[in-house]
Amino acid sequence: MSTRPPYNTADARPVSPILEPGHTYASVTDKISAIVLTRPTSLGWVAGFALTFTLVMVLTVSVAWLVAKGVGIWGINIPVGWGFAIVNFVWWIGIGHAGTLISAILFLLNQQWRTSINRFAEAMTLFAVACAGLFPLIHTGRPWMAYYMFPYPSTMYLWPQFRSPLIWDVFAVSTYGTVSLLFWGVGLIPDLATLRDRAVTKPKQIIYGMLAMGWRGSARHWHRYQSAYLLLAGLATPLVLSVHTVVSFDFSIAIVPGWHTTIFPPYFVAGAIYSGFAMVLTIAIPLRKAYDLEDFITMRHLENMAKVMLATGLIVAYGYYFEWFMSVYSGNKFDLYLTKMRFHGPYSHFYYALILCNILTPQLLWFRKVRTNIPALFIMSLIINTGMWLERFVIVVISLTRDFMPSAWGRYSATFWDYATFVGTLGLFTMLLFLFVRVLPAISIAEMRELVRHTSGEHE
Amino acid sequence: MDHRSHTYGVVAEFETAEQLIQAAERTRLAGYHAFEAYAPFPVEGLAEAMALKRNAVPLITLIGGLLGGLGGFFFQYWVSVIAYPLNIGGRPYNSWPAFIPVTFELTVLGASLSAVFGMLALNGLPRPHHPLFNVDRFAKHATSDRFFLCIESSDPKFSLSDSLRFLKSLNAVNVSEVEDD
Amino acid sequence: MSSLADGMSDHDIDTSMHHDEMHEHDSQESEQPEDLTLSERPLDLAAVRAKLQSKSGPQYWRTIEELAEDPHFEALLHREFPRQASEWDEAVDRRDFLKLMAASLAFAGLSGCKSNEQTHLVPYVKQPDGMVLGKPLFFATAMPFGADAIGVLVESHEGRPTKIEGNPDHPASLGTTDAITQASVLNLYDPDRAQTVTFAGEIRTWSAFQDAAQVMAVEMKAVSGAGFRILTGTIASPSVAEQLQYLLKLYPQAKWHQWEPAGSDGTRDGAKLAFGRYVNTVYRVEKAEVILSLDSDFLASGPGHVRYMKEFYRRRKLDQFAEAHPAGSEMNRLYVVEPTPSVTGSSADHRLPLRFMEVEQFARALAAKLGLGGSGSLSSANEKWLDAVVQDLQKNHGRSLVVAGEQQPAEVHALVHAINGALGNIGNGVYYTEPVEDNPVNNLESLRELCADIDGGKVTTLLVLGSNPVYDAPHDFDFTSKLRKVPHTIHLSTHFNETSERCVWHVAESHYLETWGDARCFDGTVTVIQPLIAPLYHTHSASEVLSAFSDKPGLSGYDAVRNRLKAANPSGDFEKFWRKTLNDGVVANTAYPPLNVTPKFNAASLPPIPAMNPGELEFLFRPDPTIHDGRFANNGWLQELPKPVTKLVWDNAALVGPNTAWNLGITHTVAARGGEHGQIVSTVVDITVSNSKVTAAGWIMPGQAEGVVVLPLGYGRKKAGYTGTNKGFNAYAVRTSNALWRATAGSESVKKTGEEYSLGCTQYHFNIEGRKILSTGTLEEYKKNPGFAHEGDETPPKTFSLYQEFKYPGYAWGMAIDLNSCNGCNACVVACVAENNIPVVGKDQVLRGREMHWIRIDRYYNANTRTNDPRTNDNDALANPETFFQPVPCMQCENAPCEQVCPVEATSHSAEGLNDMVYNRCIGTRYCSNNCPYKVRRFNFLRFQDWETPQLKLMRNPEVSVRSRGVMEKCTYCVQRINNARIESEKQNRPIRDGEVITACAQACPAEAIVFGNANDPTTRVAKLKAQQRNYNVLGELNTRPRTTYLAAVRNPNPEMEKA
Repeated sequence: MSTRPPYNTADARPVSPILEPGHTYASVTDKISAIVLTRPTSLGWVAGFALTFTLVMVLTVSVAWLVAKGVGIWGINIPVGWGFAIVNFVWWIGIGHAGTLISAILFLLNQQWRTSINRFAEAMTLFAVACAGLFPLIHTGRPWMAYYMFPYPSTMYLWPQFRSPLIWDVFAVSTYGTVSLLFWGVGLIPDLATLRDRAVTKPKQIIYGMLAMGWRGSARHWHRYQSAYLLLAGLATPLVLSVHTVVSFDFSIAIVPGWHTTIFPPYFVAGAIYSGFAMVLTIAIPLRKAYDLEDFITMRHLENMAKVMLATGLIVAYGYYFEWFMSVYSGNKFDLYLTKMRFHGPYSHFYYALILCNILTPQLLWFRKVRTNIPALFIMSLIINTGMWLERFVIVVISLTRDFMPSAWGRYSATFWDYATFVGTLGLFTMLLFLFVRVLPAISIAEMRELVRHTSGEHE
Repeated sequence: MDHRSHTYGVVAEFETAEQLIQAAERTRLAGYHAFEAYAPFPVEGLAEAMALKRNAVPLITLIGGLLGGLGGFFFQYWVSVIAYPLNIGGRPYNSWPAFIPVTFELTVLGASLSAVFGMLALNGLPRPHHPLFNVDRFAKHATSDRFFLCIESSDPKFSLSDSLRFLKSLNAVNVSEVEDD
Repeated sequence: MSSLADGMSDHDIDTSMHHDEMHEHDSQESEQPEDLTLSERPLDLAAVRAKLQSKSGPQYWRTIEELAEDPHFEALLHREFPRQASEWDEAVDRRDFLKLMAASLAFAGLSGCKSNEQTHLVPYVKQPDGMVLGKPLFFATAMPFGADAIGVLVESHEGRPTKIEGNPDHPASLGTTDAITQASVLNLYDPDRAQTVTFAGEIRTWSAFQDAAQVMAVEMKAVSGAGFRILTGTIASPSVAEQLQYLLKLYPQAKWHQWEPAGSDGTRDGAKLAFGRYVNTVYRVEKAEVILSLDSDFLASGPGHVRYMKEFYRRRKLDQFAEAHPAGSEMNRLYVVEPTPSVTGSSADHRLPLRFMEVEQFARALAAKLGLGGSGSLSSANEKWLDAVVQDLQKNHGRSLVVAGEQQPAEVHALVHAINGALGNIGNGVYYTEPVEDNPVNNLESLRELCADIDGGKVTTLLVLGSNPVYDAPHDFDFTSKLRKVPHTIHLSTHFNETSERCVWHVAESHYLETWGDARCFDGTVTVIQPLIAPLYHTHSASEVLSAFSDKPGLSGYDAVRNRLKAANPSGDFEKFWRKTLNDGVVANTAYPPLNVTPKFNAASLPPIPAMNPGELEFLFRPDPTIHDGRFANNGWLQELPKPVTKLVWDNAALVGPNTAWNLGITHTVAARGGEHGQIVSTVVDITVSNSKVTAAGWIMPGQAEGVVVLPLGYGRKKAGYTGTNKGFNAYAVRTSNALWRATAGSESVKKTGEEYSLGCTQYHFNIEGRKILSTGTLEEYKKNPGFAHEGDETPPKTFSLYQEFKYPGYAWGMAIDLNSCNGCNACVVACVAENNIPVVGKDQVLRGREMHWIRIDRYYNANTRTNDPRTNDNDALANPETFFQPVPCMQCENAPCEQVCPVEATSHSAEGLNDMVYNRCIGTRYCSNNCPYKVRRFNFLRFQDWETPQLKLMRNPEVSVRSRGVMEKCTYCVQRINNARIESEKQNRPIRDGEVITACAQACPAEAIVFGNANDPTTRVAKLKAQQRNYNVLGELNTRPRTTYLAAVRNPNPEMEKA
């Protein structure tokens, strides 16, 4: 290897490794595939699955009631036409950014510490995108007509309206979902082959065999595979930046004060990465504990993610500052009033809570002690996730309550069904994760082997 | 030559990636063309050792991306200007700046689909069965912790005994014939 | 039935299916023994023929049995269908629905088939003779209301009246209407209407009632009517009056009492005081340069208000300053002295909030200043105000007008007559005629007499026509217990209400659209009321009930009206005259001529006004601005109509001024759900007045005189129907006969209960926050700087756009709304509801901020710093703010922000510039509404439209889609009317003329504030208005290029007042 990874360079400070020493190809393979193939289903898993499944049932009932009665069961009104549904949509999509970002951008940057977290981060992305995708669909007044948003030759010769950011959303989210799935799926192929070859029962052999598509690790295959994977990473990088940019267009293209601002695309993307990494931490910390993966997901991973959160958190803080600055500097009376409302209006407590969660709390990450303290990191990841949800609430709801015509101003408060639907998607997301860790390798085995080859120094 | 209908080739098993790289290089230098190395992860240096040419995946991806992007833009143009022009909020029919996001997304989508499915197609996947899976050790270890090299019987230089002997000379842990079926 | 089916097809009803269902139903029913007896009964054909011959007027029948008025069959009919009516509130299963639908179609539909052979229903001039399916016909009739009637043209779709418009030939309408008239069509289709005759709650036939009435008549005849009493409201129908007088002649001992809870005894007695006799006062508002209103809401209520409004605002069009209209009269000036903000007060150039008793002081002081004697004590600031007014009035001698409020006492009315006389206004701005109402009496005394007679055991038979005294009589009369003492009680009313349930007989009253009749309007002009539809149920008119008690039972309303008219016009071709009368909607030359009377009233003769304890609270009873005295309580359109000034819906509230509210501890909290645009949580107070208590929600009213608590009447109904029952609080509960309009009590009479109540308020926030939404100025400013409306306007020039502009070469529909003419009367809102099938969503949904009105009227306050008002010197901007109203329909922006964000092209622009909404395509993302800076889009969050109630289906305008849930809707500029005009014009191969398309809101507006037309043609009225300097865009800086523009409001303050 021409370039030495940073973890091997002489550093003044002791840095924990990204793979604890002593692992071989076989041990890595054994350990990770055993979680899926041989490890007995734990009681904790069953309990967790049961709980999340219950929440999915809550979601099912909520959506059924919604379809039966209409979106009027939620708290939305005129002027606040968008409420929890869009807040949740943006939040979930934001969370869905970390996976592909870790996989693609860190891959391109040759950051090898990504290896042990990219698989479940990608899975998390897919599940978050699935939860996110649900909301634009069900938030429409007539969800059964939502297919009007897709370009298909209709008998009325009507097509979607391509000037609408919602159509951009449809394309951005579905493309992002598809590409993330491809990226994840391509990454899974060698591991599926491993599982196929190591499975002992016939059904598992058949299922994994079909999914592995006959992968046998041929050098020519690997050669093309690596090309495709690299290209996908290259394609996913602008894509991941574009998705939240397009989501931010939902707001910045509209003329609503508080929405109509050019800072949104970068600030949304930074916020997305911020919340995405927070969610990766939220999942990684219990996961490594439950499946004894401390060797693979080391303190170094946690610390690196904390650093990314600190950096993106600062970008987000800059975004908040600039929103405020631009409204003051431009002197636009609508923006100014809205800014005033954020600090002094009926929803100001949301805004202050947001600043506390997203700007103040993460400053603790400057301290290495906090970055390496697992419980602190876990709590902080939850706080940041909450803060990012609040950010979307502030943007979506406060802006709509105070737009142009004071005579039409109103307020919004969520109903039981708003909360039920949100909690339901939390359940769906977690349930999918529970399923994922039981049926697929949560860490890329093939890439871990590559890491073993590097760390063992066998090639030197 | 009479083995060809029954023998797929001969396979050697190695313990490390370095051995595989060396073996591949020596096999190539020995004049074999139809041989293939197998590894449980992408081994750096193996492609060079086998002197693999640049593959066609990037080209396919480029074509897919171009098709997606151009098709996407002109589809929007056709819809908005030709097929069903509507006055939307006083905006021109060809509101091209508004068509950029979808064009971009379709470019990425086209390229990504081409990359993945192009790669699978070039690799001849899915292919559920392969003669090598008949080799017990290959089936158990090829996707786990061992490295394999197989000289195929389609190689003009292939001869069961010579090739087996050649493989053994490469410090293989194990050498065996691969039955075709 | 077939014609009806065509009309109904829009509502996805297959009437033929109902036919089948009905037959099937009949055959099943016939298996029951009751029906077997029916078929076994032999039919007396000779009797049928005799009956047929004896009948005149329209007789609709289905079977020979029915025609023969076989009591058995009628009873069967009654039992079979109308009894189900009580179920219509609840969920209706399909089978019930079909049964009911069939029944109502059978009753209603027949009218649709008969139009051609009906010689007495004459289409209005602009319609062809015969009916063309799918084309609405317009019939002239009138809506009677108190001592007035508004002449209307009713749009009828295949026999179903759907929309009411003003009759341009009628003096009380001049082509426009008010909100209540617009909403009256819903009363016709109200599913809660009483549907049949009942005796002690049991269904009876009409003939059974007639028989019973005749029995009573015979008994009464024997004692020459002793013990027979008739209680009515104000009667302005000549034919009913004639019948009443005939009965009184027939039964000399009988008595006729009158009770109108919101009627004006002060007006009657004031005329008597001033002139020694009852006269009717008619204003010629157009002739007055200066108008002073003493607590009179003459622009929004009382006889002639629609016309007065029209005349008043014609003097405020400012056309003379527009280049296109160099001629025109100078703007008038309005002073208003009132205790609580009214619609009229909101248009005032100077408004002085005074307590009720201070208004009389003010009137006395004014009279004294004009040399009429007497004196009134005013504060020095108010004195100065008065001086400026007096100067202005005197400067305009003979060209001014002073108006006294209906609730003001007789003394104020008498003073005002004398003042008008002294100002030389009689014969100019005001004239007097014979009373419009028949037999004017002091209502309170009349009711008091009735109650005394009942207590004295002198009453044996009480016939109550239309009134609801159990609900609305002064509570000290205890009318409920009075009714128990009368052996025979008969009640005629549209609903089975509080009084009905305490009367022995109840007769369901016909709606004015289903019955023959006549009515006088404010100036005496008579209109023949012609039915547009056969009675939907077994209902009868007052005329029919009265005739049942006479010696000529069975006289139809039709005959009563015709006979009277024939007698009044003995010469000439009566049939021709009759046809012309029906066609025009007025009986020619029936307006009363001015009486030659002069007021003889000495102000000095008035007793001194008892001094008022300043700490004492004044409680004022006022009719509600939407549901009036409670008679419209079951009208959902009116219930959901925001009250003009408070913007409250579905409730009344005790209105108090800001300081008084502070003292009483009444506060508002903006609720988290709905917020400023829906839900305001208010303090609940117990109000103890006149030894009686009522619990009400408080409401803080800027501009209300301090120390005044206004209790709007009409709410708290106990039996009004599904819509009207138990809404708000019942102010009648604390209204006594000695304090009919005003009660006083110490401030301890208002006590907080500690509870809170959610009030539905569609607009709570009333500051503009410095935005370019409302543009106002004074006449002086306007003359100096005609373009003042454009100051601070940041509309970017059209060249700023990178995009090429869309051209609208053909018609470019546009609207101009003159803010100078809008007083927030709401006529446009209800007209829009009726025209466009807008659903009623109910209070709960309004609380959530989801009301559906396509046009809303925004109300803004301006702290009155300009006019140096004495009340604003204490720096309290809320004490007497200027009030402005701004109707907001869809702006139809050329650069519509809503269209750009719709993902599915559900909203796009038409070639004529309309912002079209395609319901079929809409998936309901609500993005368009979010992006609409004017927030005029409305969303069907739930299934708001009533798809089940069959009556409501009959009411719908077939030209407008009925929206279901999940789709966005909004103002369309009444595109159906545009398309109708286009079809007509294209048939005649000519362009659409100016004035040919009038949107429903513009059509209804009495002030002519809304003008619609082709903005591309510079000769149209709308183009000329848009060319005026006053014309401006709301939120022009957003570059939305709205097609709806506004003309800045210009007030005409008295420069003397500013100096003072």
